Amino acid sequence: MNELQTNPGDNATGTTRPGRVTGIGRVLILVYGVLALAATGRSFVQIVGKYDQAPLAYTLSALAAVVYIVATIALINRGALWYRIAWITIGFELLGVLVIGTLSLVDPELFPHDTVWSVYGRGYVFIPLVLPILGMWWLAKHAPEQRVLGGAAA
Amino acid sequence: MIEWYTYLQLAIAVAAGLLCLALGLAGRKPTDLSMGATLLVEVLLIVQLVVAIVAPFAGNEATGSVLEFYTYLISAILLPLGGGVWALIERSRWSTVILGLINLSVAVMLYRMLQIWTVQGV
Repeated sequence: MNELQTNPGDNATGTTRPGRVTGIGRVLILVYGVLALAATGRSFVQIVGKYDQAPLAYTLSALAAVVYIVATIALINRGALWYRIAWITIGFELLGVLVIGTLSLVDPELFPHDTVWSVYGRGYVFIPLVLPILGMWWLAKHAPEQRVLGGAAA
Repeated sequence: MIEWYTYLQLAIAVAAGLLCLALGLAGRKPTDLSMGATLLVEVLLIVQLVVAIVAPFAGNEATGSVLEFYTYLISAILLPLGGGVWALIERSRWSTVILGLINLSVAVMLYRMLQIWTVQGV
């Protein structure tokens, strides 16, 4: 391997200044990525294998998977717009896990088939419940600076 | 799927995960040790893929959903690759932590794969 350095600041992925993608933030992004992969994998299996059994639950699975993917991308990218998208998607996740989690306990008939969010994400060691909270904490600590519109014209 | 092989693989993935996690939290950048452990996990996964393809011809059929099994297996194979590339690009302690988390995720997925293959009929 030769010592190839990436040119700082050459494009959207450039790191002229430390953005959100540094240090422990990378770990958060990774966990999001893995959860996105898990949710996508599961919804792929559900939709290909047995969609007609529970179209609502499986559509919800797919929606959750897409939101996790968008959240992961939003966390990686910099700029005010992505920052807002990160807030929206992570907020949506928290809402999803709380609403679906509660519904699946109160009225199990409604969700006879598992989704990522059933029983507050029990099938995923409650990561879906904890992650949005960590994500919001992370975002709150790493607000982009107000000086540029939409995170600079890169 | 060969049961003893999967248990061995599971143990190695957990050990590699804990090792990388400990090294990373101790502030180590990715080294031959942490990268090597992850590579070992990856190689074992490829072997698992070959086993999974060959086993049904030897009368060793999955009791659960084959589609679900392969979704897990392919995802598991992609993870260490992604983490490894990340660790090569970004040489920081957090990359080592990430390798650890990836190996542990692989362990969880292996456990699910074992369940899918064996437990369904019981």
